[in-house]
Amino acid sequence: MSTSVASIQLEPLTTIASRSPLQNALRRFSRHRSAQVGMFILGFLVFIAIFAPALAPYDPIKPLRDVKRRTPPCIHLLGCPADQPQHFFGIDGNQRDMLSRIIYGSRLSLEIGVATVTFAIVTGVLLGAVAGYAGGWTDNIIMRIMDVLLAFPSLLLSIAIVAVLGPGLINALLAISFVSIPVYARIVRASVLQVKEQDFVSASRALGSSPIGILISHVLPNALTPLIVQATLGIASAILDAAALSFLGLGAAPPTPEWGLMLGEERSSVFNAPHLVFIPGIAIMLTVLAFNLLGDGLRDALDPRLQHIS
Amino acid sequence: MSQFLIRRLILLIPVLFGITFVTFALARVLPGDVCYALLGEKATEVQCNAFREREGLNDPIMVQFARYLGDIAQGNFGESLRDSRPVMQIILERLPMTLEVTIGAMLFSITFGILLGVISATRRNSAVDVGTMMGANVGVSMPVFWLGLMLAYFFAIVLKGTPFWIPPSGRLSSGITIPPLAETFNIQDLSGLWGMIVTFASHTVTFNALITGNFEVLRDALWHLILPCVAVGTIPLSIIARMTRSSLLEVLGLDYIRTARAKGLREKEVIFRHAMRNALLPIVTVIGLSVGSLMGGAVLTETVFALPGVGTQLVSAILSRDYAVVQAFTVIIALIFVFVNLIVDFSYVFLDPRIRMQ
Repeated sequence: MSTSVASIQLEPLTTIASRSPLQNALRRFSRHRSAQVGMFILGFLVFIAIFAPALAPYDPIKPLRDVKRRTPPCIHLLGCPADQPQHFFGIDGNQRDMLSRIIYGSRLSLEIGVATVTFAIVTGVLLGAVAGYAGGWTDNIIMRIMDVLLAFPSLLLSIAIVAVLGPGLINALLAISFVSIPVYARIVRASVLQVKEQDFVSASRALGSSPIGILISHVLPNALTPLIVQATLGIASAILDAAALSFLGLGAAPPTPEWGLMLGEERSSVFNAPHLVFIPGIAIMLTVLAFNLLGDGLRDALDPRLQHIS
Repeated sequence: MSQFLIRRLILLIPVLFGITFVTFALARVLPGDVCYALLGEKATEVQCNAFREREGLNDPIMVQFARYLGDIAQGNFGESLRDSRPVMQIILERLPMTLEVTIGAMLFSITFGILLGVISATRRNSAVDVGTMMGANVGVSMPVFWLGLMLAYFFAIVLKGTPFWIPPSGRLSSGITIPPLAETFNIQDLSGLWGMIVTFASHTVTFNALITGNFEVLRDALWHLILPCVAVGTIPLSIIARMTRSSLLEVLGLDYIRTARAKGLREKEVIFRHAMRNALLPIVTVIGLSVGSLMGGAVLTETVFALPGVGTQLVSAILSRDYAVVQAFTVIIALIFVFVNLIVDFSYVFLDPRIRMQ
């Protein structure tokens, strides 16, 4: 009985370049349509924010001379007489150039979003980690307080806190961060509980790692995906809430070029100078949209299990 | 099943306790002396001492909290510093407007959210789907007060003179009023719980107009509610549409749906009788959670549309440091939010037999 080995055709071996999970995630992220759009808008906003002094044609705070209040946009290319100075977004109720104010406003909005979320994450991570590690009563007390904070509609709790602290941008930001702490605390606590009992953590503890060392090297990497996604979406809602508080007159004070405040100041002129309301709103919407799209993209890239649904 | 309900009710106790404690504490951590914060900067030391004695501010903090709980249970929220009248009275007059907007916005967002979500899921990647999902992304990113202003501008100015003109502000057109229910039904005694209910129902203009058969007022009130409800409902609509789509897509991939199709059921029946039942649970959860953003949105849009609700009152109370009003509104809105979510949890029992069996 002879078998002819030679007759079996073997397919040539090909090797597929292996990719790390991070590379895979980056690949998925860069191919994600909404992530691309989000990145593009955000890049544009960051560019404007950084180069605001160079890009803004006028001072955002000082009133201009020889211009009428609430003049509609004047763009030479679109037929505005060449002898009039160009104001792409028009003039506001205090004779200031809207374009310059919008440009400077991008700085404030990005700062607001990042600052509030950073504060909330740091506090939330600490509280969640303590709750998860300590367990028992400490856990119970911390998490019940978090539950109570979540039981309030978030914007209303921020409003109530601002009522106590007094109106102002810093107080508004504190209120918004405070209200968003529970979400981060929950994420980190869940992650601590998941990791705490695993062998590699016990081993690390046996080798003498401190709880903070374990938190940094084992727990946080495990919670990073949901934290990043939540933080991105959190920035979006922080910007919206800050704009809402400023709109109500409880946040930034005039003459700060804050988009929500600009909208609030000019809301009664919506019927005769709609551009003063329309433009800041679009600016807020684009910024929030960028972070929302980015958050969606990150979630899909970092958590492939969810991909088939979205 | 009853065990689930009882456990859920017991879990409610610490939350209610916490909510009341937080609102109680808010007024106690006011910067400076509570007395000056509540009576105003001009209060004298004698007035302050009398005030502290009267309000029991010298008692231990737990005694004060217990008394606060007792007062809330009896519907006593103290007195408004600015208006010098019971806060409960203000709540009864202002809350109906906010609830009308919230409920209207909720109906709008649920109806269109589920409808668009179902269409998107069943016609995946069609123009409707792509359009809806893009619209949903933009919808969740819009500031609700801006959308309100833009709608007001579009419907009141751009469409002026057309049949689609919609009034941009106010609760009723000028010249149209509705008598309070107490007057219509000749109710003399407006004290106690019954009186509160009558006052509340009376200020709920749509309800008042409906039961008194005043259809001209009803039509006018609903007409004024359209723009606020659309503005407030857009964000929840976007969230509900997204959730409906993803939840339904997940269910549509399951085996029992293939079976249902294989046995020849019409697509409509497959979707609404088989798939939707299982897809509904996360949708209902999202609806419950969005009540919070609906009420927040209602508070914001009231200032845009000049509606006499909680929001406008809350903002002016904050600016005039009228803390009793701020405290009362916060607690009332949080309680409504908690109870809506309780109802959502109870609805799981009817939507999901597995929870019933546990």
